[in-house]
Amino acid sequence: MQHAIPVASLGPQAQPMADAIGSCVHCGFCLPTCPTYVTMGEEMDSPRGRIFLMKEVLEGELELEVALPFIDNCLGCQACQTACPSGVNYGELITPFRAYAEEHRHRDPMDRAQRELVLRTLPHPRRFRLAARLGRLGRPFAGLLPASMGSMLRLLPDRVPPAQPLPPVFPAQGERRARVALLAGCAQQVLAPDINWATLRVLARNGVETVIPAQQGCCGALAMHTGAAERAKPQARRNLAAFPADVDAVITNAAGCGSGMREYGLLFKGEPEEQAAQRLSDRTMDVSAFLDALGLRELPSVAPDPIPVAYHDACHLAHAQGVRSAPRKLLEASGAVRLVEPAEWELCCGSAGTYNIEKPAIAHQLGERKARNLLATGAQLIATGNIGCMTQVQQHLAALGHDIPVLHTLQVLDRAYAGTLHTKEHTA
Amino acid sequence: MHDMEERVIGALAQLELGDRLLTSPAAMASFGSDALTAFHQRPLAVVLAESVDDVVRAVRICHRERVPFVARGSGTSLSGGSLPVEGGIVIALNRLNRVLSVDPDARTATVQPGVINLDVSRAAASHGLAYAPDPSSQSICSIGGNVAFNSGGAHCLKHGMTSNHVIGMTVVLPDGELVTLGSDSTEPAGPDWVGMFCGSEGLFGIAVEVTLRLVPVPEAVRTSLAVYDSLQAAGDAVAQIVSAGLLPVAMEIMDALAIEAAEASVKPNYPSGAALLIVELEGEREVVDGDAARLDELLRASGASETTATEDPDARGLIWKGRKSAFSAVGWLAPDYIVQDGVVPRTRLGEALAEIDRMSAEAGIRVANVFHAGDGNLHPLILFDGREPGAVERAEHLAGEILRLCVSLGGSITGEHGIGVEKRAYLSLMFSPDDLALMGDVRRSIDPLELANRGKMLVPETVS
Repeated sequence: MQHAIPVASLGPQAQPMADAIGSCVHCGFCLPTCPTYVTMGEEMDSPRGRIFLMKEVLEGELELEVALPFIDNCLGCQACQTACPSGVNYGELITPFRAYAEEHRHRDPMDRAQRELVLRTLPHPRRFRLAARLGRLGRPFAGLLPASMGSMLRLLPDRVPPAQPLPPVFPAQGERRARVALLAGCAQQVLAPDINWATLRVLARNGVETVIPAQQGCCGALAMHTGAAERAKPQARRNLAAFPADVDAVITNAAGCGSGMREYGLLFKGEPEEQAAQRLSDRTMDVSAFLDALGLRELPSVAPDPIPVAYHDACHLAHAQGVRSAPRKLLEASGAVRLVEPAEWELCCGSAGTYNIEKPAIAHQLGERKARNLLATGAQLIATGNIGCMTQVQQHLAALGHDIPVLHTLQVLDRAYAGTLHTKEHTA
Repeated sequence: MHDMEERVIGALAQLELGDRLLTSPAAMASFGSDALTAFHQRPLAVVLAESVDDVVRAVRICHRERVPFVARGSGTSLSGGSLPVEGGIVIALNRLNRVLSVDPDARTATVQPGVINLDVSRAAASHGLAYAPDPSSQSICSIGGNVAFNSGGAHCLKHGMTSNHVIGMTVVLPDGELVTLGSDSTEPAGPDWVGMFCGSEGLFGIAVEVTLRLVPVPEAVRTSLAVYDSLQAAGDAVAQIVSAGLLPVAMEIMDALAIEAAEASVKPNYPSGAALLIVELEGEREVVDGDAARLDELLRASGASETTATEDPDARGLIWKGRKSAFSAVGWLAPDYIVQDGVVPRTRLGEALAEIDRMSAEAGIRVANVFHAGDGNLHPLILFDGREPGAVERAEHLAGEILRLCVSLGGSITGEHGIGVEKRAYLSLMFSPDDLALMGDVRRSIDPLELANRGKMLVPETVS
């Protein structure tokens, strides 16, 4: 699509934005996989519609405020990128555009306050743990609060598992095959600390030594993906300093964090840190992709009666990082599960970072739709690779009256090794 | 004019559509183009229809106020078929997306116009049935648009185009009258109104319910790939296959540039060469096996340097995904392209391809070729960079020359994408002024005010 975006005057991130717009041919192949087009059914809420609106705004043809409601509706799931035959890098358009919009937009005080609350709480494990405890007390009043605040409270877990601090190094068992550094994450550490421990155990069993740099912090994805680039940068800088260069890979086990770290290069485009940031991005890998590439050294013993498991593709793993087959291969190798495929795999579950807080109604529709698709497979356990999806899917399965465990891929593997995988356990 | 716009919006507001009546600048901007972005026109308003009644009432207002209207499904026309008209309204049908019924005994499905092509086959799959016409955009294009443009697709070689699969429909005429065309009988008496409506590019009104013929899902499907060292050799092979009496369900050719684009995009792992021929056989097991043996022999005799064949559904799916993504995938090769849709008699395919190749070299403009070879339906993709001065004009000139070539070889300027706004100027290559005047008369006999999709295919006589 032709455009007249004044690239030179819009800063270093204008070029990637203009390139994405230029490579869109408006064919519409993205429409059936876009969660907002599928649920809302209007062109402005489709990927190519948004691309056109962003083009118009950047060209100065359309007021930013006029386009923003539709840009804000985007979940950032990047399903459109998977579906796109002409190679539009939508992620490199929406993230910088949101940062651009944040600088120029007006937000009302309530909106600002909620945004601050989320961005100052979720990425900090201690604050989030405290908020989760306090929030439970406030839950009876959720109905009295504005919809999005109420949905924040409803998302908080019933119980917060005790903190399980991670060691600085978790050694490999047997001969060492690789050495990696782990991003410990923030909200995930509070909600499901077992995911990190399962990751460490499975890596160790396969000959991988894991270091957990103490100086690391939040990856910044939450801020980055909601337009708060300036808030994301200090977080990213901290990780640039914290993660060592002498490891085979930097491992993430939350899809959103992984895709965030893989965007550091874009975040610092045109700045002194750009090269270092790009190097860290290039070394960052989801744990499932890393393990699949390395190959499991030891296979769990095959269970006599494999459990039907539906693997739910987290958008930030499948679409943003292009990782779909690795977790499936690992699950199949576990010998304990029989994979079943849900319909509409490409459709977001509605979690999408902080989306279920900002747009609870759409998030709810998508969550319920996802839960129904998963249930239709007859699965007795759901595996996925992102803490946000786990919370969302669990909640919507429960709302439909199904208490099916939802586990991280690595938790399934970990339990398969231990011989403790079954369908009655509660998600941890 | 301004008063008029206010009056129309006021009248539409009385339909009490709430947020289904769109007038905001952002909405008008995003509905301004379909899949042909060379044209852009913001409409006055968009009505998101959710019922037949919505369509009828919106059309009646347009008729009363003499405002042109354009029906739009998924907005995937490659000829500007759903381009809005200045000062007109768009009636969006994408929310009318229910498959109303599937009758496995009669092998029919009745659907709303916004149903996505592929969803018809999905709805029929449990009965072992499918909807045959398969435009490359079948994952998103809607039945209403398929009917309006008599869409084809790779598998129409054996099964025929959309018009061969529509047996009846309910239509909102340009004055808002609701009529039923066709019947459940496959051999009706009287004029073929359904046939006349199919491919009329929306000039006779809006189909709001369509009854489609379904076909049994074949017992066996086998897809062959054959590589040739020239497009002409591949084209000649197609003619040989047909004259040997085989009727494959699809025969497609892609040239080296189209293969390169597909590999950059969906990575189908095609064997590389100057030309790739895809041949698909389907039917009963024994028939496919028998035909396959003859086909393999023919491909070898025709000089193919490499042939492979598969019946694996995933492998076949990937072959077709590569082929069907080819238009959009050339976005990897050049910033802009024009896709043409000319047709030549199958026997002159090789000749046409050689000539296009010569024209491309002479103009110094890259042309990727991907086409329904069995139908002689060419899709030359003319690649250019619109930022270079004069590039658009040069590309358009070459596109026009290719259409002239098709007509001079005894073919046509469009196989399946339609005339739309894009090829209107070329209609006179095929039709005399008298022919065109007659078409205009026929159009105005049903739509005297020329409100329905004004300006598509025919130059309007009335300008209000």
